[in-house]
Amino acid sequence: MFYREAGDFSTTYAEDQQTFPIKFDRYRYYVVLFVAIFVIPFMVNDYWVNSLFLPFLIYAIAAIGLNILVGYCGQVSLGTGGFMAVGAYACYKLMTAMPDVSMFIHILLAGVITAAVGALFGLPSLRIKGFYLAVATLAAQFFLVWLFNRVPWFYNYSASGQISAPERDTFGILITGPNTEAWATYMFCLIFTVFSALVARNLTRGSVGRKWMAIRDMDIAAEIIGVNPLRAKLTAFAVSSFFIGISGALFFSIYLGAVEVGEAFGIQKSFLVLFMIIIGGLGSIFGSFAGAAFLVLLPVLLKIVGVDWLGWPTDIVAHLQLVIVGGLIIIFLIAEPHGLAQLWRVAKEKLRLWPFPH
Amino acid sequence: MKYKLGTLAVAGLMAASPVMADLVFPSLSYRTGPYAAGGIPFADGYADYFTLLNERDGGIGGETIRVPECETAYNTEKGVECYESTKGEGALVYQPLSTGITYQLIPKVTADDISMLTSGLGRTSAKDGNTFSHVFNFPANYWDGASVAVKHIMEQEGGDLSGKKIALVYHNSAYGKEPIRTLQELSEKHGFELKEVPVDHPGQEQKSQWLQIRRDKPDYVIMYGWGVMNQVAVQEAANIRFPMDKFIGIWWSGSENDVLAAGAKADGYKALTFHNVGSDYPLYDDLKTHVVDAGKAAGAGDQVGSVLYNRGIYAAMLVAEAARTAQEIHGVTDISSGQMRDGMEQLEITEEKMAALGLPDFGPEFSVSCENHGGEGFVAVTQWDATAKEWNLVSDFMQSDQDVIQPLIDEDASAYATENAIEGNC
Amino acid sequence: MPEQLAFTIEVFMNGLMAGVLYALVALGFVLIYKASGIFNYAQGVMALFAALTLVGIMEGQVPFSHLINAILGTEVHHFGWHVPAFLAIVLTMVVMIVLAYCVQRFVFRYLVGQEPIILFMATIGLAYFLEGVGDLMWGSEIKTLDVGLPQGINVWIDEFTFEATGYGFFIDNLDIVASIVAAILVIGLVMFAQYTKQGRAMRAVADDHQAALSVGVSLNFIWILVWSLAGFVALVAGIMWGAKSGVQFSLSLIALKALPVLMLGGFTSIPGAIVGGLIIGVGEKLFEFLIGAPFLGGATENWFAYMLALVFLVFRPQGLFGEKIIERV
Repeated sequence: MFYREAGDFSTTYAEDQQTFPIKFDRYRYYVVLFVAIFVIPFMVNDYWVNSLFLPFLIYAIAAIGLNILVGYCGQVSLGTGGFMAVGAYACYKLMTAMPDVSMFIHILLAGVITAAVGALFGLPSLRIKGFYLAVATLAAQFFLVWLFNRVPWFYNYSASGQISAPERDTFGILITGPNTEAWATYMFCLIFTVFSALVARNLTRGSVGRKWMAIRDMDIAAEIIGVNPLRAKLTAFAVSSFFIGISGALFFSIYLGAVEVGEAFGIQKSFLVLFMIIIGGLGSIFGSFAGAAFLVLLPVLLKIVGVDWLGWPTDIVAHLQLVIVGGLIIIFLIAEPHGLAQLWRVAKEKLRLWPFPH
Repeated sequence: MKYKLGTLAVAGLMAASPVMADLVFPSLSYRTGPYAAGGIPFADGYADYFTLLNERDGGIGGETIRVPECETAYNTEKGVECYESTKGEGALVYQPLSTGITYQLIPKVTADDISMLTSGLGRTSAKDGNTFSHVFNFPANYWDGASVAVKHIMEQEGGDLSGKKIALVYHNSAYGKEPIRTLQELSEKHGFELKEVPVDHPGQEQKSQWLQIRRDKPDYVIMYGWGVMNQVAVQEAANIRFPMDKFIGIWWSGSENDVLAAGAKADGYKALTFHNVGSDYPLYDDLKTHVVDAGKAAGAGDQVGSVLYNRGIYAAMLVAEAARTAQEIHGVTDISSGQMRDGMEQLEITEEKMAALGLPDFGPEFSVSCENHGGEGFVAVTQWDATAKEWNLVSDFMQSDQDVIQPLIDEDASAYATENAIEGNC
Repeated sequence: MPEQLAFTIEVFMNGLMAGVLYALVALGFVLIYKASGIFNYAQGVMALFAALTLVGIMEGQVPFSHLINAILGTEVHHFGWHVPAFLAIVLTMVVMIVLAYCVQRFVFRYLVGQEPIILFMATIGLAYFLEGVGDLMWGSEIKTLDVGLPQGINVWIDEFTFEATGYGFFIDNLDIVASIVAAILVIGLVMFAQYTKQGRAMRAVADDHQAALSVGVSLNFIWILVWSLAGFVALVAGIMWGAKSGVQFSLSLIALKALPVLMLGGFTSIPGAIVGGLIIGVGEKLFEFLIGAPFLGGATENWFAYMLALVFLVFRPQGLFGEKIIERV
């Protein structure tokens, strides 16, 4: 009834090609954007931003990036943590070397640097496939973490090897450091998230994305119909790493403010982001958001319910949290193996026919 | 733990509407994850001491104490969540017990005017109170540890270290790399040769490192480890038959957890400490009557008297005394976090004070000032007795080599001050 | 014998021994992957769970005591008995078989025929679940595991080589035991697969599910069987690694040590896991000794294992012993 194509006519090519061709979908998207931009910033405090919104937005960018590689191009990667570290350290070096340049530029540049590193580590993908490819990216993961820990130049020769983000602003508004306003950091990350989602969405439905998907579905067949696997795979690695680099830079500079490479960007981060996109749905931008929300918000929610409301001992809650998250993953997979995004698709399909499904 | 989850739930709901008049000391603990074995006893000790004060004395200066616990699993991101969720309750002081979380909170607590105490961990240069106004790391820091370890070795060797070889086995992370600069300076000063042997996280496989030590035959080994790395290192040292009394761990490598797995072979292993060990103190009798026997002990209640439990007690004691000092200075009992900071900064721990608390000779005497947030750097050495399964103090509290450490602290603090444009508050 | 050569040989031999320990973990992965195409992320957590259960049974701990005490307000911790090591291992094996049954009955029965990545995801859920249950059951403090395995330098080898070459080689007794156990395990598994009815059925399933089904092999039974076998391998790995470090959460991280071994040896080959383990063990130890520690500042083992696997894979993309990948359009 609400969600339907009927009566929704496109009269120009531009209308036909828009991101959300169905009116209901489009308005829903506008409402979400409106709430995110004009409502939430006026309601948030430090707690909401630092414990929920920032990690959610930043992980969503990383998940979008990884989804391009795994979900759209079919190249399994376990190097996300390492690439996020590249973004973070690039951002740190840029921030300290050029204090007067806007943070927007630093973060984009950090993304570009990560893209180059990612493309380099993507080279073995031309020869190695499937789970075996994970080894190439794992090599990147462990090597990069070791490198940032070992070479003092990366952390400006500080005594302990931690990097801390100094105070920086953009357009006169403080963005990093302890004295930021909650809404400012939120808006800053939101801009990058929306930008990433838009770019990713449009890349994946354009010719580049179709090439990636052809490679994913069967690379030999794709090669025969004229897709250059070298170019397709390397662009996927580069674009994916670009987003992951941005998320790493934001993760360090805006969210945590100080990181240590082994602790913040270890192998568990790579797994975490991979879990997000599998739970959310491979090959879906919405799925990246859903997966990030699931793994960032659910534990916090369970903690609030268990500790703050019910007053149970923290260790029992932490253990139960693992049991519940694990159990939910299995239940979701049994109910819908293609992730939360597929549930959403099914729901939309039902909505289309509602209230007369037959 | 004699109450039921059901009644707890009711109590929890009632506590959810915070009573602002309490003194709030949040405990960012970790009872799960890779370092749970270290986090549990500390969190238990921290909570039990405040429970004792509440039960026996009715709090500090008549104000009851509340210790909201938040599980970080030693994870920086969860640490942020915990900090943000507890700071609004009127938190007075944080003790994160994790170097990663500490670094991340240093600018935040300063901006929020809340103090942070990082005894024997965190950023060493926080000793410079001029730069780090809200961070305290008394009574000792990592560099004091390294210096006292060398001092102890020097005593063993009759005062001369020239031509000796000392190996540093360290966790390859920010924490493990802390002592390198100090040891390098000390090796120049005393003429010993320093060998650095990094172990990658998590440290379950250390064969290469210990074969290297077996080949190089250093006279002494100093270890900066944490978590599973400790147990494996002690085991491997025993395997290559390295003399255990020449193997000295930092305080984070010196708990029962670290040596029990190796059994009798760990006998004689040494570790540094900045507080006393065992449970032979008047305070522990009170703890037994008012907390353990009353069924109010935190966790399973089976950690009393272990090294890390004592560290929790000690940390809580320092905070409680600082709160008392703050109450005296400002003449109010319901202190704010800013007043608490003043209390921390004027804290003075004397032997009489500790004896009055029922903890005679429990730690070094020290006093804090605006410039010096780290005390005088007195550290002692303990040794493991595998037959009795207990740690024993084998030295007095010795002062670290301030001539070497102070310049390093000044250097690191001023680098931080320039990077973050801090003018100094003394 | 020149010193440098003696050291190199010593490092080489210890690398072999370490490789055996890696291979023990990798074996569990291979068993399950071969029979059902599932990349079992939970293998490391299974090792932790098995070791925790073993210690718990040996010490007579009450399972879920912390939770029970919190709910009922009781104060129970121990049954007050000590179970001998052998009996405890048998009991733990029973627990692992029950676990295998539950995994099959409640999870993978519903996921037959799904894509590999989804099966992989399910094992991630399983890993979270088991980790939480293991902690709730036995508590998260560190436990000492003592089943009477010898540890420490083998004095006989040390003295013998010292007399023969002038340098006493270091070999850990635990490593010798591990090698023997691994050898027995592999021979046993191969014999089982070759000469028993269930073993043949297992190989049939690994070759072709449909064909195996059509000749009357019960897939359900075979999968419970391989999960039980993997549980057994996890228990052995848990004992070997737990003897070194005590039983604690970090035990589940040994899975990371097995990944390069798997990549190198191929996911589907039991001999591959052994040979891969040996190559990785020797490679990373020799690199650390010859290049890592002297020139790169040390702690290079973790990434070098993966780099080594990567180099091998560039020449043989299916792993050393993997089945040749034939692609058709």
